[in-house]
Amino acid sequence: MVGVRFKEVEKRDQAVITTGHSTPHLTPPYTPPITTTMPGFDFSNHNRNLALHSRGVPLPKATSTGTTIVGCLYDGGVVIAADTRATSGPIVADKNCEKLHYISPQIWCAGAGTAADTEFTTALISSNLELHALSTGRKPRVVTVMTMLKQHLFRYQGHIGAYLVVAGCDPTGAHLFTVHAHGSTDKLPYVTMGSGSLAAMSVFETQWKNSMTRDEAVALCAQAIQAGIFNDLGSGSNVDVCVITKEKTELLRNYITPNVREQKMRNYKFAKGTTAVLDQKVITKEEISKYVTVQDIGDGETGVGEKMEVDS
Amino acid sequence: MQQTGMLGEDGIHIDMNHLKSGEVNLGTSIMAINFKDGVILGADSRTTTGAYIANRVTDKLTQVHDTIWCCRSGSAADTQAVADIVQYHLGMYGVTNDEPPTTQTAAALFQELCYDNKDALSAGIIIAGWDHRHGGQVYAIPLGGSLHKQAYSIGGSGSTYIYGYCDANWREGMSEQEGIAFVKGALQEAIKWDGSSGGVIRMVVLTAKGAARHLYLPDRNYEGPGTDKP
Repeated sequence: MVGVRFKEVEKRDQAVITTGHSTPHLTPPYTPPITTTMPGFDFSNHNRNLALHSRGVPLPKATSTGTTIVGCLYDGGVVIAADTRATSGPIVADKNCEKLHYISPQIWCAGAGTAADTEFTTALISSNLELHALSTGRKPRVVTVMTMLKQHLFRYQGHIGAYLVVAGCDPTGAHLFTVHAHGSTDKLPYVTMGSGSLAAMSVFETQWKNSMTRDEAVALCAQAIQAGIFNDLGSGSNVDVCVITKEKTELLRNYITPNVREQKMRNYKFAKGTTAVLDQKVITKEEISKYVTVQDIGDGETGVGEKMEVDS
Repeated sequence: MQQTGMLGEDGIHIDMNHLKSGEVNLGTSIMAINFKDGVILGADSRTTTGAYIANRVTDKLTQVHDTIWCCRSGSAADTQAVADIVQYHLGMYGVTNDEPPTTQTAAALFQELCYDNKDALSAGIIIAGWDHRHGGQVYAIPLGGSLHKQAYSIGGSGSTYIYGYCDANWREGMSEQEGIAFVKGALQEAIKWDGSSGGVIRMVVLTAKGAARHLYLPDRNYEGPGTDKP
């Protein structure tokens, strides 16, 4: 028995040694980035990351919205909807996040993919669109948003992981588009995206019909999102809906909440005195110096750090 | 863990196909032919992301000027970006010269973009158009960015299955009805044999009279009038 256990320890030690060795071993074959006088972006870190990754260093995890997002045109407007789960690997990072992004009062966007990327690209396009509307003196159009998004995403060759459903009403009517991270776009009467897109699409492909009413379209989109929430691990929590007509926009935050936390059936608090007291020791103020080291840093004004801000 | 690249003695080798995974692809069957009065473009309507059909009614026939259109195959993002740029340039050409551009001009623009950016693009494009100077013309630009003027051209993953069909059935100077039957028959075979092609058959007929769109649905066995225009 002892011999076996010893061997195991030996093996484990070896493993530690080999991994320890591999780190300094990186130096000889790894060539530092070539410094040139080329203007523009420097992609040498990208090559470094590829080299590291090819040697087994895992890539850092991004908070991604393993998501279900949908959109549907109807007579007189357009509806988009999303679930509210944000994940980081297997961890649910946010149980009630917002995946419906504002572009302009009558144009909204549902985002899947990397959370930070959907957040920042929609914010950037929203800003530029506002300036565009101000300089042209016209109401912004959905095709304009779609074109700005696709040109921005195409420039970054898919490195910006934003998968978007663009919807809105403009003087030319109600419109619905999807934009993929690489910059391709589609124009369809009903769309789904994200990891739950298959579950959601099965709802649309069986229930969708031409020329629906507002309420029918909202119900269909909500049902498609619920198909994602219940059948896709990456999607969950609540349903957010946004209805856009040429008159107004309605954001229905948490339109359906099928995952409310219930009251626990038992109380798990332990009664006082459950743990027996075996020993007791009281430390006096004088004795405390034996346990902690005190360092004088002067008074608040001249000492280290600024004075704490306090509400008046 | 998935490997994204390999570090060799002579540098880093990257598998482009892996890097571009998740990209939307047009696993496609496209073609364009010359006929008596002009040209006919045809395409299936399937767009895929891996094994998933991202769009089953895609329009792969893209207008870049009044009577100059193109068939797109390869990456959806790349071909849309290229077509958008060409559309912009031809639009500018049209208004500055007060005369529509020729198909050859359009093809040359496509070639410049496809050749100069060959390392970054995966785009196989067929350009077909009708202009007053040359009538109907068909040009093909395969992956490397070369330009070929052809009597008819087929492209995309599904085209490999219909080389024999097209070679056996092609005739010079067909009528419009014969041309439509040729394109439809070829695309039906391509859709039948190629798993990456499917959906509806879209067609555009370009003549002196302008552009006419056709649509043929699989649930009607690709039969029907195809267009409401005579």
